[in-house]
Amino acid sequence: MARARAALRRGFDRVERGLDAAFGPDWNPMAQLGPLGWFLFWIVLGTGIYLFIFFDTGVTEAYGSVRWLSTDHWWHAGVTRSLHRYASDLMVVVMFTHLVREWAFDRYRGARWFSWITGVPVIWFVYLSGITGYWLVWDRLAQYVATISAELLDAVGIFGEPIARNFMSPAQLSDRFFTLMVFLHIAIPLLLLLAMWIHIQRITAARTNPPRGLAAIMLGALIAVALVLPAPLQGPADLATVPQRLGIDWLLLGLYPVIESVPAGVIWAGAALFTIGLIGMPWLPPRRDGRAAEVFLDHCNGCERCVADCPYAAVRLAPRSDGAPFRFEAVVDPSRCVACGICMGACPSSSPFRRSGELITGIDLPDQPLAALRDEVIAAGRALGDTPGTGRVLTLACGWGAGAGSTAPGRVGVPCAAMVPPAMIDFIISRGLADGVCIAGCAERECHNRFGVAWTEARFARTRDPYLRERVPRERVLTVWAGPTETGRLGEELDAFARRLAAMPPYERIRPLEDAANRAAPRRRQRSVAG
Amino acid sequence: MKGRLRHLAIGGLVSLALTLATAVLSAWPSWQSLPEDSALIRVSFSVSGARNCRDRTAEELAALPRNMRRKRVCERRRSPVRLSIGIDGATLFDAAIPPGGLSGTGPSRVYRRFEVPAGDHRITLRLQTDPAAPDKAVTAVHEVTLDPGQNMAIDFDTTTGSFVLY
Ligand code: HEM
Ligand code: SF4
Ligand code: SF4
Repeated sequence: MARARAALRRGFDRVERGLDAAFGPDWNPMAQLGPLGWFLFWIVLGTGIYLFIFFDTGVTEAYGSVRWLSTDHWWHAGVTRSLHRYASDLMVVVMFTHLVREWAFDRYRGARWFSWITGVPVIWFVYLSGITGYWLVWDRLAQYVATISAELLDAVGIFGEPIARNFMSPAQLSDRFFTLMVFLHIAIPLLLLLAMWIHIQRITAARTNPPRGLAAIMLGALIAVALVLPAPLQGPADLATVPQRLGIDWLLLGLYPVIESVPAGVIWAGAALFTIGLIGMPWLPPRRDGRAAEVFLDHCNGCERCVADCPYAAVRLAPRSDGAPFRFEAVVDPSRCVACGICMGACPSSSPFRRSGELITGIDLPDQPLAALRDEVIAAGRALGDTPGTGRVLTLACGWGAGAGSTAPGRVGVPCAAMVPPAMIDFIISRGLADGVCIAGCAERECHNRFGVAWTEARFARTRDPYLRERVPRERVLTVWAGPTETGRLGEELDAFARRLAAMPPYERIRPLEDAANRAAPRRRQRSVAG
Repeated sequence: MKGRLRHLAIGGLVSLALTLATAVLSAWPSWQSLPEDSALIRVSFSVSGARNCRDRTAEELAALPRNMRRKRVCERRRSPVRLSIGIDGATLFDAAIPPGGLSGTGPSRVYRRFEVPAGDHRITLRLQTDPAAPDKAVTAVHEVTLDPGQNMAIDFDTTTGSFVLY
């Protein structure tokens, strides 16, 4: 399973590198699947409202009105209808790609289970919206969908009169059925919207809008296809005959041929198994995230930076509880924390320079606290030798990008690039531990922890607290955003960086670590636990 | 901005291809739901089976309070309805359909569909609502010509007590 996941992740990475070239990393659709799903939903909603103006409810009126808008008024209403259909179909494509990708990137387990299981009802609502929509047209396809659906529902045996009786012969069909279908085709998409909204509740500032350029491209493509390939109509439904050969929407109705060919019990069991299996995925097997971040009130002034930077809404501010002269303090919800450490990188107390006392910060990761990170950095610096100016590069690599798992000398692993406080970069260079520092994180298009790339760039660009100090020579800091299949590029960039550094005169403002400080470089020591 | 134009162009082409593929899949390839030379017979109706009734014996009646001495008692549960359908001498369907409702008080409901070759057929129908009275069964024979793709519905009209074909 783990091997399949890793292979799939590398597959995604390769495809996405190609798309990076086509769209640019910031418009890469694979990194925008969730936002694209929302965008498509709004298109479907907007076009649906417009179509509703022209739609007539009734056994013969329904088809008549759809035909009228597709032929006489093809240039606005017909195009709208095609947009409505194709955006719904694309939503299915986007949804399943998104699902598989979240699985491949292992973002569905541990504290992230919520986003996963709330995605499951979304699948059903998307399908039910599509099915009830196809029904409304009341053409041959609609007749087919209606009959097969009714037979499937009747197999449950809880509806007294078989629903399929409604479609036995022309005499049995009533307009009432259409009123019900119109109601369902409005109610179910609204439930879908609700489900989509719940789906993003455990994510800070969820992206629900794709970048404007990508949105324009998608809308343009949809309109072009709607004009070139208008959604077909398959002749009016006629209950005196049975549709023999049909154009099927394989994306939304692809299961209908299966439903037709397999006993209903198998279909229901399959649907139940699929749903339960999907809901159970985050626990089959579960992932052990690292231990949740901890707050140390003696070093927290309630500045809110960790709250703003946590990608999973796992930190909030609460009224001060320890009598210190601040209004607020940070509080972590351990059930939401994935132990990415971004909060530690954001905290103004996360300074490795302190020489006296133990190195404690306002919010820290029990599994890799700031003090341990400093120890690792010092050890990695030592491994690079202590001759300044020889092009020694210390690399802080996140666990998901090209540098993950590397044990090359001078490498330090961190859960996320943004876990590294900017002060740590300053520390490495000014203490002469290396001639330059490289942050190697996820591919630019999307960070595994959502904001790692963005926050790191913003801190280095001095547009987001905590800033990388002005005194840090920028030519000695390199960021490489590269996915798991780009170890080659990471290596090349590191080599080139080392050559550039070696060509520079040694950094002149080095103040080496004093011996005292070395000895004090703490292992893990007893800390006052607050919170 | 030159790069962005390139992204608009190439990204646009990629998106166009994806959308086009999606649009094509939304109607193609077509599906043969029913073979070209076949027709469909759907049978559906709801008919109440007979109730199991008997007369109380004199002793039983005497044991009851005066105001409850009704002679005829019936079980709540209805008997199943037996439906047989034959086509050209062969049996298409022959089964007892249990009564509906949790305790079997409702009518027996049936919905079945059968794929048959198009053409002339002799269809025999038999419906027996009371297992104890085979002679009271309703029977019918129909000579029909089914066009390819025709949907023939067979209903049972309980008011006239006879089969209806559409
Ligand atoms: C069309 C339907 C869907 C839409 C519109 C949608 C939308 C979104 C959005 C906007 C996000 C947040 C992305 C971000 O800001 O980083 C997200 C995250 C997520 N979605 Fe969906 N989603 C859909 C279906 C699904 C389904 C079916 C599943 C799986 C069963 C799923 C699983 C997830 C997971 C696990 C995350 C969390 C990612 C993380 O923790 O970083 N989604 N989705
Ligand atoms: S480690 Fe910090 S930033 Fe990351 S999820 Fe936990 S609380 Fe949020
Ligand atoms: S960033 Fe640090 S100081 Fe600021 S609220 Fe969070 S823990 Fe407290």
